[in-house]
Amino acid sequence: MNQYYKLQEEFFVDMQRCIGCKACEAACAECETNGHEPMIHVNYVNRAVTIQTTVQVCMHCDDPICANVCPADAITKDEFGIVHTANTSRCIGCSNCVMACPFGVPKKVEEYDLMMKCNMCYDRTSVGKKPMCATVCPSGALFFGTREQMEKLRPNSSPVNKFIFGMETVTTKVNIMLPKGTEVLKVF
Amino acid sequence: MKLFNTTAFFAALTATLITVTLVLLGSRNLQNYDAALVAYLFGTLFAIFGVVYRYSVWIQRPPTKVYLKSSIRTLFSKEFIQCSWFSLKDFVKNILFQSFIIKRSKKKGIAHLMMAFGCLMAFAITVPLTFGWIHFTLVPETGLYPNVENIYTIHFFGFEMSTFPINSFVGFMTFGALNWCSVLVIIGATYFLQKRLKDPGLISTQTFEADILPLLLLNLVSITGLGLSLNYKFMNGKAFEFMAVSHAFFVIVFLIWIPFGKFFHIIQRPAQIGAHIYKEIGKNTGMQVCKHTKKEYTTRLHVTDLKEITTELGFNLQNNAGDSLLEYSPEGKRDLLAIAHLQARQTSGTYFG
Repeated sequence: MNQYYKLQEEFFVDMQRCIGCKACEAACAECETNGHEPMIHVNYVNRAVTIQTTVQVCMHCDDPICANVCPADAITKDEFGIVHTANTSRCIGCSNCVMACPFGVPKKVEEYDLMMKCNMCYDRTSVGKKPMCATVCPSGALFFGTREQMEKLRPNSSPVNKFIFGMETVTTKVNIMLPKGTEVLKVF
Repeated sequence: MKLFNTTAFFAALTATLITVTLVLLGSRNLQNYDAALVAYLFGTLFAIFGVVYRYSVWIQRPPTKVYLKSSIRTLFSKEFIQCSWFSLKDFVKNILFQSFIIKRSKKKGIAHLMMAFGCLMAFAITVPLTFGWIHFTLVPETGLYPNVENIYTIHFFGFEMSTFPINSFVGFMTFGALNWCSVLVIIGATYFLQKRLKDPGLISTQTFEADILPLLLLNLVSITGLGLSLNYKFMNGKAFEFMAVSHAFFVIVFLIWIPFGKFFHIIQRPAQIGAHIYKEIGKNTGMQVCKHTKKEYTTRLHVTDLKEITTELGFNLQNNAGDSLLEYSPEGKRDLLAIAHLQARQTSGTYFG
């Protein structure tokens, strides 16, 4: 199946465009690999002072901290750079990945005693389709396509996949759209 | 990653030698050993070596070591009493009855339970037989006359344990036990196999060796095992050799595959109890409050240990002020990214581009 994975297509996120409609959340729950649980995060940044919302998909890090801190070897990265959700037979529900991910992505589903996370709709992307969330986002906060398409849509922005967290530089498969010319985003 | 782990090698070698010694002791210097089982014995010894090797490598990894150390520390501390009842309940609930799988899906949970019970019972029966620890003898006087009921004696480690008539309920259950196990395993494994052939989510992520092969092996071992009974009960032993050889072949492949493939999760699963105890014990150290959301999100012990683990793994998540990113909850971290994104846009003079 996965020979149909389109490596030329990438994920571009522009959380500044997120309007908090949660269409992506509803669409995410349609993904077959999640067992119909939404994995995307939409939340208010600081509701007391602003209506700003943010949207977060898994960034699919090049050297995923979640996989490194997993004591059960339950998280793996494949040849396309997709960091897969926890292997259900291995995950022991310790939440190391949940707490260590610099982007706050993995979810611990207490009832199942299992970590679950976005795997970029692998059931769809592995057959050349786009992830569910990106197909329904009405404001362009989530986009899945080629760099050329993105360049045409956002001529004043640059895709960035390098982030600084403290002394650590994390590079990812997923890009965040930032002002033209930006090469790295210091988060913390 | 190192290709050869000396500690693991010696741990595996020691476990294998201990097993060989116990085989010699249990079978009284092979006097009670059933030579027909020797191929299974070598398969089991290989599995023991492989499982102990992989387990030793696994527990040496920094995140796993933290849980191991914490479990050992708890075992020898006052907290052991606090968590012993909790651990026992957790063991019954999550290991014995696997309630966490039943919550994921009732059908899946029941199928897994059947497969697990079938496998574990089969292990409990076949391993002592293969090691020569258990053997059966016919009480000689009962075998002499056709009208007298045959009585069998069970021996464990060479000691007589009990006797039972072969045509009794106990006899029926004892000699049919592996058949019951096979039926349970076949139902469970077939359920999962059809799921793996139909579920689009599973189809997209599965691989043959990791997901399909284990289910095929379980079915093949069980079907050929049932075939042995079928053969001597209803076919007068015709083609018994073929069935015996094919059963032995699949069992040995199964045993050899245990350390490498999916079956290793059977050995790993009790670590779940360790993770639960760790969480429970961690509450004694208080809860960590997120620097952004101001809400509790995990135990302080967890954050302290994660700082050590990430450092040992070569990740430095501390900033110049000495704060760690690990002191932020997942939601807090998502907000940090959104704030940084907003600031970058604001600095550029336009919110969109």
